[in-house]
Amino acid sequence: MRLLVNKIFLALSILSALIGLAFLGWILSTLFIKGLSSFHFNLFLNDLIDGGLRNLIIGQFILAAIAAAIGIPLGMAAGIYLQEYGRGKYTTLIRDLSDIMMSAPSIVIGAFVYAVVVIPTGGTSGFAGAIALAIMMIPVVINTTDNMLSLVPRELREAGIALGASKYKVIIDIVIKAAKVGIMTGILLAFARIIGETAPLLFTSETSNYFSLDLTESFPSLTVSIYDLANEPEESSRDLAWAASFILTVLVLIINLAGRFITRNKEN
Amino acid sequence: MPIMNIKKFSFTYPKTEYPSLRNITLPIEKNKITALIGPSGCGKSTLLRAMNRIHDLYPGNKYDGVIDILDSQTNTRKNILDIKKEDEFIKLRQRVGMIFQKPTPFPMSIFDNVAYGLKIAGIKNKTELKDRVEDSLKGSALWKEVHDRLGASAMGLSGGQQQRLCIARAVALKPEILLFDEPTSALDPISTGAIEELLVELKKDISIAIVTHNMQQASRISDFTAFMYLGDLIEYDKTENIFLNPKEKQTEDYITGRFG
Repeated sequence: MRLLVNKIFLALSILSALIGLAFLGWILSTLFIKGLSSFHFNLFLNDLIDGGLRNLIIGQFILAAIAAAIGIPLGMAAGIYLQEYGRGKYTTLIRDLSDIMMSAPSIVIGAFVYAVVVIPTGGTSGFAGAIALAIMMIPVVINTTDNMLSLVPRELREAGIALGASKYKVIIDIVIKAAKVGIMTGILLAFARIIGETAPLLFTSETSNYFSLDLTESFPSLTVSIYDLANEPEESSRDLAWAASFILTVLVLIINLAGRFITRNKEN
Repeated sequence: MPIMNIKKFSFTYPKTEYPSLRNITLPIEKNKITALIGPSGCGKSTLLRAMNRIHDLYPGNKYDGVIDILDSQTNTRKNILDIKKEDEFIKLRQRVGMIFQKPTPFPMSIFDNVAYGLKIAGIKNKTELKDRVEDSLKGSALWKEVHDRLGASAMGLSGGQQQRLCIARAVALKPEILLFDEPTSALDPISTGAIEELLVELKKDISIAIVTHNMQQASRISDFTAFMYLGDLIEYDKTENIFLNPKEKQTEDYITGRFG
């Protein structure tokens, strides 16, 4: 009887795993077939106004890079505070709030930035988009930093203090170094997450058909343009949306793999 | 004259009412090895960790009594429990180094590990750094094994080598006292032997206090032994007296293995 239950349970687990994998395979294969058929190297040379994606890819990277430039230092500093300096109820409260923020719907963050940045500054801008992405990123970086620092053994900190180092020196020179690989992996995964976001950008940066480096204007975004192109009636626009989705997926995949690669190298 | 004098010392951890150490009076003799022995929870590590005030990394502890340290140049004594300022703590820890149970190599090269404390102490001259690192590695019997790979990561060393590296790192600062908190309990017998030899060698220049669970170790290497039980110092004497002719019944019971 017990053996039978065991077998049934095993079969159910395998079946569930297969169903999950089948959908993932379906999504990826559709994306690759449709994406590859409309993919052309010229997409990287022309802007959207000329039927290419160059401005969108560059724009998306600029938005994500600025968001990272804001989000990584703030998130790391907060994570260091939580793990190394904070104690008591106040710290627990911040940690809980940060965890809640991590699961906040991205459209809500987009709406929030629309209310506090876009409306006061009189219009959508690349800067507003970057802020929305940074807000998405901060709690993830806080969480990663906090968790990875908590894995550093207490004795390592004490050993630094026992050599006459001050607390901040120990944190900078030893603790962060010991947790470096984990933190970097977490940051890469956070970056991979925000680079594929649409909702926070939808009413903050919007998108643009032209190449632009002006962050005070609507800013070219790959994800928002995919949304726009997919809604257009012409076949050519939808083909372009498939190609853009394909490129975006490959980019996110590469960043994710890079994150895993770093972790695996550390483990060996 | 003892290099460190612990007088009527009591210690209470934060958020507890009852002191973990009560009324301890004990000298740490100069250029000798003093062993602290006793069953788990007797307070021997707590006492050791008071001697460089590493406890203060976690605020809220209560100290009573005196722990004074001898300044051999001026021949004056200073109570380390009076220390409040960061720079004084740093000076204290440069004078009183500490080695932990588990080896604690920093995630950097072998050279940088040994040079770390020196750089913090303000030594910037490259030749001086190199010389001091080499001297300490030689002094810790590690030089022969690592001299051709000083730039390699310290994490690649064996456990015993890592522990000797930690000793080299502490010795580099030329401390007056070194505190060892069960330094060999995570090591194999051969590495343990190497560390014990090293300790006997080091006491020519440095006074040593060592917490150990291993009574053979205490009898092999220490000159003085203190037996502690439940936060009290039961007996302190020359090591041979403690092991051959203890005055207290509790000490005798412990060293003959009747409890603990």
